[in-house]
Amino acid sequence: MLPRLSFECLHGCSGCEMALLDCGEQLLGLFDRVEIVHFPLLMDHKYQNPLSGASDGEGEIILPEAEIGLVSGGVANTEQLQVARAMRAQCRTLISLGTCATHGGIPALRNQWTSEATLQTVFAYGSPEKALLPGEVPALLDRVYSVDEQVAVDVALPGCPPRPEMMLEVIEALLRRESPDLAHKSVCETCPVIRQGKGQGTMRRFLANADYDPEEPVDQMRCLLEQGLLCMGPVTAGGCGGRETPLCIRARVPCRGCYGPVRPGGNQLLDMMNGLASNGIDYRSLVDRKSLLRFSGGHGLLKPARNRKESN
Amino acid sequence: MPKSQVVSIHPVTRIEGQARVDIHLDESGRVSDARVAISALRGFEQFVIGRPAEEIPRIVSRICGICPWMHHLAAVKAVDGCFGAVPPPTGQLLRELCQVIAHIHDKILHFFFLAAPDFVLGPDGDYSVRNIMGLVRQEPELAARVARMRQLGQAMLARFAGKSIHPVAGVAGGFSKPMLETERRELAADALVLLDFASFALDYAKRSVFSRFREELQSLGAITTGFLGAVDAQGNLRLYDGLLRLMRPDGSWVDFPASDYERHLAEQVEPWSYAKMVYAKSWGEGFSLNPAAPMGVYRVNTLARLNVCDQVATPRAQAELEDFRAQFGRPAQGTLLYHWARLIELVYACERTVELLADERITDPLVRTPAESKAGRGIGHVEAPRGTLIHDYSTDDNGCITRANLIVGTTHNIAPMNLSVRQAAASLICDGEVSESILNRIEMAIRAYDP
Repeated sequence: MLPRLSFECLHGCSGCEMALLDCGEQLLGLFDRVEIVHFPLLMDHKYQNPLSGASDGEGEIILPEAEIGLVSGGVANTEQLQVARAMRAQCRTLISLGTCATHGGIPALRNQWTSEATLQTVFAYGSPEKALLPGEVPALLDRVYSVDEQVAVDVALPGCPPRPEMMLEVIEALLRRESPDLAHKSVCETCPVIRQGKGQGTMRRFLANADYDPEEPVDQMRCLLEQGLLCMGPVTAGGCGGRETPLCIRARVPCRGCYGPVRPGGNQLLDMMNGLASNGIDYRSLVDRKSLLRFSGGHGLLKPARNRKESN
Repeated sequence: MPKSQVVSIHPVTRIEGQARVDIHLDESGRVSDARVAISALRGFEQFVIGRPAEEIPRIVSRICGICPWMHHLAAVKAVDGCFGAVPPPTGQLLRELCQVIAHIHDKILHFFFLAAPDFVLGPDGDYSVRNIMGLVRQEPELAARVARMRQLGQAMLARFAGKSIHPVAGVAGGFSKPMLETERRELAADALVLLDFASFALDYAKRSVFSRFREELQSLGAITTGFLGAVDAQGNLRLYDGLLRLMRPDGSWVDFPASDYERHLAEQVEPWSYAKMVYAKSWGEGFSLNPAAPMGVYRVNTLARLNVCDQVATPRAQAELEDFRAQFGRPAQGTLLYHWARLIELVYACERTVELLADERITDPLVRTPAESKAGRGIGHVEAPRGTLIHDYSTDDNGCITRANLIVGTTHNIAPMNLSVRQAAASLICDGEVSESILNRIEMAIRAYDP
């Protein structure tokens, strides 16, 4: 029997799945050696058999068993929670795929507000009236959770999106019953820019391009952090560019931290503030410091402000 | 004893989002209602508030991992507007180049990976085979070529702009890096390969797919609506910019700049969906999903754009548009014709890519005008694969977001998708008899819209 794979996308954007498809023919080769039992983006396996009897729309979610399950996206409403639990129950090895699944990702920025505030803003902007809210849809949870906050996860594979080759390597390793090799090094480890060890005393916003000669390769460009641009490379897990230049740096723009912290339990905000302070950079020149948790606001790190004035 | 019941399709599959369909049957087994509910809400309009506007293009890209370039670029345009930044011509050209290239992989994905299994393997086939994996087994050479070509489009973006999924190179005031001559030459060579493929894809579909589904193209999920898309001052199809053209079901239209969208369009909330519905406010008839007499309903996305434009400015796509119009008229209303229009747009996107890469201004090193953070309002528009996309931001004196309104492509099509599903369900379900094949045909009406 072929090993069975099961895929789900929860509170995400399908970017992880697109990255997987970017493997091209290699992915088709993999598909030929496994049985895909559930993958709503690409195949028609449903949560319930609609013909099995009267459905009131509240039926339980039934998923097939699989050797490997991949869940992208975080968990933000009651239905996603049901699906996450069903995936855990049915998959021998469960992979949290992408930064939404591993750390909450961009959608966890919502955690700076209550779900009531979010609904009011989205459905009744500027109206003093209480918003007319959709009622017949899965209720929002109090916040956006990473998958591992809700169910046990065996392998965490961050990235927004994860590097296509890395996804294949992890799946292939699991098919060989080996542990996937996930290094925990920072983005700076593979960044070839020139570092002189001292930078500016303040940070500037990214309103004008970095200083570099486009005719010269990236290794002739000065480190963006040293140029006074906020670059999250030092506190962000590397791997986006494989062993080569990190992807954002190739576009000559600073890293924003999309792989989450270097160590799985790390805190990008604290780590970055410490890093700035120890390099003599005034953290007050940063606008919107909470954005240092732009990709890792799950695990309770981003919270609504409680009647106290935020410093920014 | 028969009683009223609800049949659910949950989740709708081979689409790019999370949705379910609930079909309501009355005591006599007739369809009394059918709804497409979008079940996820992420709240971008909330959590961009307070953040520096120039950072927003790197946040809202995560609205959609399939069309991140669209949100990225609508956002940089809106931020340009807030800050009064005017990108240099080459900054605009590079943005447009990336946007049209990003349309290519999307159309290949949509037609071949998601929709084609219904046509090539048959709408009534076993669900475990009726998918891209089944296509690989039945047509291995075609599937391999399709996978390669989609990957090539993505690789072009990654090679030039660092990231293809969740891009970073569009910036307030222009683009983050210029294009070198060596890059231009390599991309131009790849663009020709994609153009060849696009022509092949449309020929293949006309010959082997659409010809076998003549009846369904016109009848499945068929409704009569208006259309919205973008054109330039000469009425040519535009994806990156242009005037919005809102066409009534009778084919008459008005043109207006995207910045005037609030005078023409309005949003409505329904209790059964997290997606708001947009309707044509300026028609003055209000909004109704009554299948017998819908009001305010128009459609966006490929079929809409080909209906509203007078012509296409590139030769191969124009020839295909003429052929299409000769067969289906203007405006064409058949819902499955979205697929045909999608492949014509694929040809256009490839031709436009070739054209932009031949423009000698594309390698000009001046790609960004430094921006200044300040208070303002900006409305950014692009035509996304799924339709007209509008980002509307306001900023405070510090250049941070105070308000954001986003109208994404799918939102416009929620109302018509509901009407199409209702029409498909009502015409396919008799006496309460429902089968997997019928349910899949109902989903085919949704897949045409590419939600």
